[in-house]
Amino acid sequence: MAHRIKYLLAFLLLALISRVGAQEYDERHHEGDTAEVARESEAFDPGTFILEHIGDAYEWHILTVNGHHVSVPLPVIVYSTHPEHEGLHVFMSNKFHHGEHHGFRIAHDGNNKGKIVEQAADGSFVRPAVDISITKNVLALFVSVIIILSVFLSVAKRYKAHPDKAPAGLQGLMEPLILFVRDDIARPAIGHKYMRFMPYLLTIFFFILINNLTGLIPVFPFGANVTGNIAITLVLALLTFIITLGNSNRNYWIHIFNTPGVPWWLKIPLPLIPFIEFVGMLIKPFVLMVRLFANITAGHIIAIGFFSLIFIFGAKSAVMGYGMSIVSVTFTIFMTVLELLVAFIQAYVFTLLSALYFGSAVEEHHHKE
Amino acid sequence: MQLVSPDIGLLFWMLVSFLTVLFLLRKFAWKPILNMLHRREESIEQALKAADRAREDMYKMKADNEKILVEARQERDRIFREAQDLKEKILADAREQSKKEQMRIMEETKTLIQTEKNNAVKEIRALSADLSVRIAEKLLRRELRNDQQQKTLVEEMSNELNLN
Repeated sequence: MAHRIKYLLAFLLLALISRVGAQEYDERHHEGDTAEVARESEAFDPGTFILEHIGDAYEWHILTVNGHHVSVPLPVIVYSTHPEHEGLHVFMSNKFHHGEHHGFRIAHDGNNKGKIVEQAADGSFVRPAVDISITKNVLALFVSVIIILSVFLSVAKRYKAHPDKAPAGLQGLMEPLILFVRDDIARPAIGHKYMRFMPYLLTIFFFILINNLTGLIPVFPFGANVTGNIAITLVLALLTFIITLGNSNRNYWIHIFNTPGVPWWLKIPLPLIPFIEFVGMLIKPFVLMVRLFANITAGHIIAIGFFSLIFIFGAKSAVMGYGMSIVSVTFTIFMTVLELLVAFIQAYVFTLLSALYFGSAVEEHHHKE
Repeated sequence: MQLVSPDIGLLFWMLVSFLTVLFLLRKFAWKPILNMLHRREESIEQALKAADRAREDMYKMKADNEKILVEARQERDRIFREAQDLKEKILADAREQSKKEQMRIMEETKTLIQTEKNNAVKEIRALSADLSVRIAEKLLRRELRNDQQQKTLVEEMSNELNLN
């Protein structure tokens, strides 16, 4: 009971602090000149707010204090074929605060909104030939890569230093997960050839899990929407697809082009079933890609959506904003707990489905028909 | 639409970092970890098997011990019973022996007594015959001290003869 009261007090305190912040915002809001009011009320658009959060950026926005943005500038790496500034350009993204830099600028609207563009000969703005800037998501990716490497290299070191000993510490935390991937995903889905796929399955499992989890921590350098980005899930799904094809045996292709157990007239002269099977083979990785992307992005959208509610209601009335903050924080806590579950489930599902695809690729012929 | 169109830069970095992670972890983490796990599982399995065997051995030994104990108990009982039997037999034998001896002695005594009695009877008979002869002699002498008496006797005897 005492615990609960303490939590409640902490919660109220937090709500009060957030309220004070909102009040300051309101005061500025009212005392400022009309132009500023117009700009700021225009500034809060939940749609843009949410999309900005779940999307990528050339700088990492941390917070806004008195209308001044505090953000970490990130390196921009672009290669341009533009005659005026052809070649490789590397500079920090805060150069864009003054608008254009070396002919590059960040588009504010259009198809390339938020991306680096340059002016083409015909006057339109186009993307430079190569843009491999270290964006917010790339940095978040590097951070989680460092976490993954340090965790598992240290765990591996412990295994080497203390073989045949009961696991302890970080090793004790990771071992059940490693065994889970091995005994509950790889072995049942693939069969006796599972050992070949273990490094990849373990890597995607922990890569997705850790990126999902770091995405839930709302402080720099975490909280980016890495596994909710289509490029990330595309690479993961593509690798699963390539490994499936690379390990596929004769039987796998027979299953696709001459599916056993199907009447012949479904295959000749119109290859209906082979067509469906072939499309299915391509759809599988596509679905993998979309599922992870959609699940994680949805989680982020909901969390940000709840916070947006505070500002939407706060703009109408201070009391409503105050009331809404309690509801929003409660719901966000609930959603975060749910997202913890989703983080694990999505890592599990992606790994399990990859394992199933590998399993179907290496399966030996055993049909009696 | 930007949300679902993959960014080439991010794609590039993702591919590079993921493949690096995959390569590094495969070589330096997953292989040693999986090998160690496999080794540990094997050693645990062996230890369990050894424990099972030891337990079986222990049960067998326990059963053996029990068997030995039972056998020893039986042996003891047997020896005890044998001793008992032997004792009884010895006692019975001794009793028999003494009875026989007794009988023999009794028999001997009886025979001796019989012999002695016979001797005594014989002696008494001889003595009594002798005594009778002597008494008869004395009587005769007294009876036939005078002629008168001798005459009477003869008469008597002749009378007796006549009567017959």
